[in-house]
Amino acid sequence: MKMTNLKSLMAGAAVFALMSSAAFAAGTWNRGANGDVQSVDPHKTSTVEEGNITRDLFTGLIAEDPEGNTIPGAAESWTASADGKVYTFKMRKGGVWSDGTPVTANDFVFSIRRVLDPATASEYASMAFPILNAEQANGGKAKLEDVGAKAIDDMTLEITLKGPTPYFLEMLTHQAMYGVSEANVKKFGNDFVKAGNLVSNGAFTLAENIPGDHIKLVKNPKFFDADKVALDVVNYIPTEDRAAGIKRFQAGEIDSMNDMPTEQLADLKAKFGDQIHITPLLGTYYYIFKTKKAPWDNPKLRNAISMVIDREQLATKTWQNAMLPGYSLVPPGVKGYTASMMSYAAMPQLDREDAAKKIFDELGISPAHPQKLELRYNTSENHKNTAVAFQEMLKPWGFDVSLINTDGKTHYSYLEQKGDFDVARAGWNADFKDPVTFLNLGHTGDGNNYGEYSNKDYDALLDKASVEADPVARMKELSDAEAILMKDVPMIPLLYYANHNVVSSKLHGFVENVMDKHASRFVSKD
Amino acid sequence: MLRYVFRRLLTAIPTLFLIITISFFLMHIAPGGPFNMERGIPPEIKANIERVFHLDEPVWMQYFRYLGNLAHGDLGPSYILINFSVAELFAQSLPVSIRIGSWAMLLSLVVGSAMGVLAALRHNKFIDFFIVTLATGGSTLPTFVTAPLIQLIFGLTLKWIWIGGWHDGELAAAIGPIVTLALPQLATVARLMRGSMIEALNAHHIRTARAMGLSDFSVVVKHAMRGALLPIVSYAGPAAAGLVTGSIIVETIFQIPGVGRAFIDGALNRDYTLVMGTVILIAVFTILFNFLSDLLYALVDPRVRYD
Repeated sequence: MKMTNLKSLMAGAAVFALMSSAAFAAGTWNRGANGDVQSVDPHKTSTVEEGNITRDLFTGLIAEDPEGNTIPGAAESWTASADGKVYTFKMRKGGVWSDGTPVTANDFVFSIRRVLDPATASEYASMAFPILNAEQANGGKAKLEDVGAKAIDDMTLEITLKGPTPYFLEMLTHQAMYGVSEANVKKFGNDFVKAGNLVSNGAFTLAENIPGDHIKLVKNPKFFDADKVALDVVNYIPTEDRAAGIKRFQAGEIDSMNDMPTEQLADLKAKFGDQIHITPLLGTYYYIFKTKKAPWDNPKLRNAISMVIDREQLATKTWQNAMLPGYSLVPPGVKGYTASMMSYAAMPQLDREDAAKKIFDELGISPAHPQKLELRYNTSENHKNTAVAFQEMLKPWGFDVSLINTDGKTHYSYLEQKGDFDVARAGWNADFKDPVTFLNLGHTGDGNNYGEYSNKDYDALLDKASVEADPVARMKELSDAEAILMKDVPMIPLLYYANHNVVSSKLHGFVENVMDKHASRFVSKD
Repeated sequence: MLRYVFRRLLTAIPTLFLIITISFFLMHIAPGGPFNMERGIPPEIKANIERVFHLDEPVWMQYFRYLGNLAHGDLGPSYILINFSVAELFAQSLPVSIRIGSWAMLLSLVVGSAMGVLAALRHNKFIDFFIVTLATGGSTLPTFVTAPLIQLIFGLTLKWIWIGGWHDGELAAAIGPIVTLALPQLATVARLMRGSMIEALNAHHIRTARAMGLSDFSVVVKHAMRGALLPIVSYAGPAAAGLVTGSIIVETIFQIPGVGRAFIDGALNRDYTLVMGTVILIAVFTILFNFLSDLLYALVDPRVRYD
C-alpha cells in the first residue's frame, strides 16, 4: 500500500490537471443526496432519497411526469370497475427487465405478495393495505395467496380492493408498490440488490453502491422510453454536511442538492440566484398537545396558544423563508381539495393576540400566575430555533415554557410509547397526494396520533369519506373533517414545508412539484 | 519477551469481552430502536420487523445470540444499511480510514518531530517562538474549523483538491482529510518533542558526549533524540489507534466513506450491530497499538526490559 501511495504522491500534480473529465461530463448528473440510502430494494425503503433512487431504477405500474401527475408506467392502460373495487391493468407490450426478460403481471403479483410477506419486514407494507386481505396477510392472519392481486394472463393484472380507494392509483406511484423481477429475486435471494445482480425495469440500472460515497446508475438501454432519456450516468452523492455540499456545488463537483444550509438562505440567493429553488412541498410542521392531560384538554386554551404564535415571523425570521406560514393541517397543493383553515387565519396578529388575551384572562393565566409548559423537540438547529421562538412568543402571556431536546430516535420512540408531555414537535410529509395522509393523524387510535386526540364526529367523517365513491363529495367530507380539527386544534400547524433544492443552471427538465419527486429520466445536462 | 507478548495478548481477551458486554447493554439502554422513524409504523409491521431482526427477544437473549455469532466471526447484518453486512461495510470503509489515518500519523510524526528538534536546538530564539506559536495554534484550532478552511482555500479558490468525496482515493481527494487530521497531532508531537529534547540536551550524558568531541549531528541524533523519543512513542500508540479507526468530523465534512462516518451514522440510527462492530474494531486497534508502543519502548529505551 505504501508504494502505491508514494506513486500517487508523485503523480499528484498530474492528477489535478486531469481531474477526471468524466465527472464533469454532460451526460452525467452528480446528484447530491441528503444522507445515505438504507437499501435500493424498493420494498425495503422509506426515505425521500430512497424514493428518488428506486424511481430511477424501477418503473411501477403507474409512473409520474415531471409535475408529479400520474402517467402509464409498466402498465400501458387500466380500467376500474363501476364500484371502484377492481382495477384491471394491461401490461406494457414489449416491456422488459434490464436482462431482457419480459415484465409480466406475475412479477407484480409476486411483488405485492413480497412487500406484504411478514418475513420481508417491509416498513411501507401499508401502501398495499387497500388491497383485499393485504393487511391480514401482513399480520399473518391470511395467506399471501388470498391477497387480491392475480395475473389473469402474462399481460393482465387484476387487483381487488377491500373498498373503493380513490387514491389507490396515487399509492401505486410509491416505491413500495414497484415490481421486482421474480426470477431475479429467486436467483440471488437477499443479495439480488447488489450491483451486478440487480435487474430492474426503470430508466437506469445499478452500477455501483458504495455506502457513504456514491451510488452510480447507468442508462438502461432496454427501458421502454430509453430514446427520450438524455443522461448516461446518475451519481447519487451523500451531502449530509450541507455547508460542504454547497462548496462542492459551487466548484461544480455536484450539479444539485436536495437540501441547503437554510440559515444562509439570503446569502445563497445572492450568490446563486435562481439556482436556489424554494417551492411549496406537501408537508406540515406542527406542535402536538397531549389532549388527554389537563389543562391541554381544553380546546379554548389550545386555540389561544395557537393564536399568539406569529407564524409569519417563524417563517420569515426563524426559518429565513425556507418554510411557509401554515394555518391548516393539509397544505395547499392537492388538486380538488380546499383546506379548512383556522378561523383566525386571516386575522391580523394583533387582533389574534387580543382574542387570546381574553381566553387567558378567563383561565387565569398571566405573568403573575404563570402556567408551566414542557415542549419536547428532536435535535436540529432549526427545531431549536423554532422552540425558542415559541417560548418567547408565549412568555408575555404568562407561560413558563421549558424545552426538552432529545435526538430523533429518542423523541419519536417517546411519542410512540405515549410518554408524558405537554407539547411536542412533529412533522409530516405526504406519502401520496391525498388529504387523508394528513387527516389520519387525528383519527382515534392512529399510530401517529401522539396527542391521543379523539373526536367521534371527526372519526365518523373520515370513515364516511373512506367509502365514498363520488370524488367531489369525498373531498367535501374530508374538508369538513379538517374544519373540526382546526376548531379543536389538538395539534397546531405552524408551517408548511418547502422544497430546498439547489439546481445548477446546466440541468434542464428539473421541475419543482409538491412531492419533491424528480425522476432522472426527464432531466438533461448541458 | 515471548512470554510477555503471550501474556499481553491473553489479557486482551477479557478486556475485549468486558468492552463488548458493557457497550451492548449501554446501547440497549438508549431509548428508541433502529426502527423508530419520524412517522410511526403500524404495530403489525413493526412486529414483523422486530421478529426478523430478533428485536422481540429479551435483551439478554439478544446478547448471547450476538456473542454466539461473534465467536463464529459473524458481526451480523447492518440494521440500517440492510443491503450490507457489518463485515462488508468494514471491508469497504476500514481501508479508507487506515489510509488517511496512517498518512496523517506519518506526517505528524516526521514533521512534528523535526519541528520539535529544531525548536529545542534553537531554544528561546525566534525560530523556537515561531514553532511554539504554530504548534499552539495547531492544537487549539478544531478540525471542524480547519477542514472547511482547507476546502475553501485549496478546493474552491485554488481548485487544487476535491472539496468532497473519495474519488477512489486519488491524492486530490485524500490530501485534505490527511492534512486536517495531521495538524493537531503534528502540533502535539512538536510540543512533546521540543520539551523532551530540551531536557535531553541538558542531560549529563550529552555534556559528556560533547566533551568527548563528538560531532553535533551524532550528539543530537544518536544520543539526545533516542531518549527524547520516549514520550512520542507512548503518545503515538493511542493516537494512531484513534487516527486509523477514522475521524467522524473529518469524514463527514470531506464526505469520505470511512469508519468514523459509519460509527456516528450507526449510533444515531441505533444500528446496533454496526455500533457494536465499530466498538470492537476500535477496541482491538487501541489494544494492539498500545501493545506495539510498549514493545517499541523497549527497543528505544535500553532500561526497559520485558520478561
